[in-house]
Amino acid sequence: MSAAERLQPALATAEPLFSARDLTRLYGPEKGCQGVSFDLYPGEVLGIVGESGSGKSTLLSLLSGRCPPDRGAVSYRGRDGQWLDLYSASEAERRTLLRTEWGFVEQNPRDGLRMAVSAGANIGERLMAQGVRHYGELRAAGLDWLSQVEIDPARIDDLPRTFSGGMQQRLQIARNLVSAPRLVFMDEPTGGLDVSVQARLLDLLRGLVRELDLAVVIVTHDLAVARLLADRLMVMRRSKVVEAGLTDQILDDPQHPYSQLLVSSVLQP
Amino acid sequence: MNLSTASGAREASAYNFAYLDEQTKRMIRRGLLKAISIPGYQVPFGGREMPLPYGWGTGGMQLTAAILGADDVLKVIDQGADDTTNAVSIRRFFARTAGVATTERTVEASVIQTRHRIPETPLSAGQIMVYQVPIPEPLRFIEPSEQETRTMHALEDYGVMHVKLYEDIATFGHIATAYAYPVTVDERYVMDPSPIPKFDNPKLDMSPALMLFGAGREKRLYAVPPFTKVISLDFEDHPFAVQQWEECCAFCGSSESFLDELIVDDAGSKRYVCSDTDYCRQRTERLEENLQ
Repeated sequence: MSAAERLQPALATAEPLFSARDLTRLYGPEKGCQGVSFDLYPGEVLGIVGESGSGKSTLLSLLSGRCPPDRGAVSYRGRDGQWLDLYSASEAERRTLLRTEWGFVEQNPRDGLRMAVSAGANIGERLMAQGVRHYGELRAAGLDWLSQVEIDPARIDDLPRTFSGGMQQRLQIARNLVSAPRLVFMDEPTGGLDVSVQARLLDLLRGLVRELDLAVVIVTHDLAVARLLADRLMVMRRSKVVEAGLTDQILDDPQHPYSQLLVSSVLQP
Repeated sequence: MNLSTASGAREASAYNFAYLDEQTKRMIRRGLLKAISIPGYQVPFGGREMPLPYGWGTGGMQLTAAILGADDVLKVIDQGADDTTNAVSIRRFFARTAGVATTERTVEASVIQTRHRIPETPLSAGQIMVYQVPIPEPLRFIEPSEQETRTMHALEDYGVMHVKLYEDIATFGHIATAYAYPVTVDERYVMDPSPIPKFDNPKLDMSPALMLFGAGREKRLYAVPPFTKVISLDFEDHPFAVQQWEECCAFCGSSESFLDELIVDDAGSKRYVCSDTDYCRQRTERLEENLQ
C-alpha cells in the first residue's frame, strides 16, 4: 500500500475547511484572476506561485474577504461545523472571522502591524477584540508568543519600528496566531528579507504550521518557499490556474510549458 | 403698519435671536434629536461660521444657540472657571445676541456651556450641559481613517480602544490617560467625553441632566440623555480610578473637588485651588457665615 493510497481514505472522509468555486475578478482581459476552484482541508498548506501580475494577490484578496469577486463563491466551515458563504455573510460576520479564526500575514509587516503601539499591544489586540479584559493575561500571552516566534521577551514594550525586518515579520505572525486561527493567508511572507533570515523564518513557520495544524494559503514567487512549506501548489499565469497538484509532483515533473519554464528558471548555486 | 414696526424692531437688534438664523437652529435641533435618540452616536451637522476661531468653542456655541430660549439662564465655564477669557466672552456674546439672563451659580443655570469640566455641584433634572469638543472621534488615536472608524462604530468593533489603555499600563504601570477618557454609553457606543478630566467621568453616569456635545471644526454632535449608563473603559486587574490629591483647596479647604496646581513664587512653592470657581466661592461664603 503506497503512501498515496493510505492518504486517500483519510482525505475522502475529512470535510474541507475552505472551498472556492469559480472565483473571478477581472480588471481587464487576463488581468486579475478567473475560474479558480479548489478545496482546502484542515492542516493543509496550499501554495500559489506564478509570475508578477498573474493574479496571485488578487486571488488572495478574493479568498480572504477583502475584495468581492465578479463571479463565484468562497465558503468556510467554522468551528461549529457550519458552512459560511463569505460574500453573502454580513460585514460583521466577515470581520469577526478575520480577527478570530483567520489570520492574514502581509508581505510588508508595516501594513499588518500597528507601528505606533508596542509589540505587546500588537499581539494583544486580537485578544482584546475578542473581549479579553485582563491585563495580566494579555501580558502573559504577549510574552509567550514573543518567545514562540524567537523574539527576546524583554522587548515586549518596544515599538515595532525599532525591530529589524525579520523580527517585524515574526511579530506579525505572532499577532495573527495569538487568537489560535485555523486558516492563515500569507502574501509573500519572506519577500524583502535577506536569505539567511528567510531560512529562519521559513523554519519557524514550518514548525508552527505543523504544531498548530494550521491550514495556510501562501502566495509566493519563490519556489524554494513553496517546496519547503506547501503540500499542494497552484501555478498561475495570465489570470488562470494553469497547473495544480502536489508540490513535489509539480516541481519535479511539471506538465504545463509555463510550469516547466518556471521550474527551469530557478538559479542553482 | 405692523409689518414695518416688526422689521424696525429686528433691525434694531441687527442679529437674529441667539445669533444663528432659524433654519440653522432647526437643522441643529434635528441633529440633537437624533443624537439623543442614539446615545453616544456622532451625528454630522452643517456647522456654521461663528464669529470666533475654531477651537474656541464654536461647536458648543452653535448647540447653545440652537437650544436657548428667552427665559433660559446661561452659565459658561472654562476649565471650571467663570471668569476666564473664553467663558466671559461667550457669556457676553449670548447676553448681547439673545438677551438671556446669565449667572455664575450652577444651581440657578438652566443651560451650562462648558469647556472641559463638569461642575462640582450636582446637576439636577432640567439642566442642560453643553460641551465644547475638539476631537469627537475616540478611535482616531488608533485608527486615522474616518471610513474605518465609522465601520468600527457600526459593527461595535471596539477592541482597539483597549490597545490604548494597554499601552498606558505597559509604559507607566497604570492607566495614565487623565482626560478625554473613553466611555461606553448605554452599553453600545464608545464616546469621547471631550477633554474633561477623568475625575468628572463618574458624574456622567446616570446624570439627571441632559448632556450635549458639539464639535465645531469637525461638525459633529452627540449626546447623553438623562439617566443613561456611562461606563469608563478599563481592565479587570486595572480598574478605572479617578485622580486624588493629598492636599486640600487653599481657599475653601475642599478635599473632594478637582484641584488646580498653582506655582506661587520663583522658588516653586505650590498651592492647590478648586478648578470650579463657583463651587469654591459658595463654600468660602458658607465658611465665613459660620465663622460670624
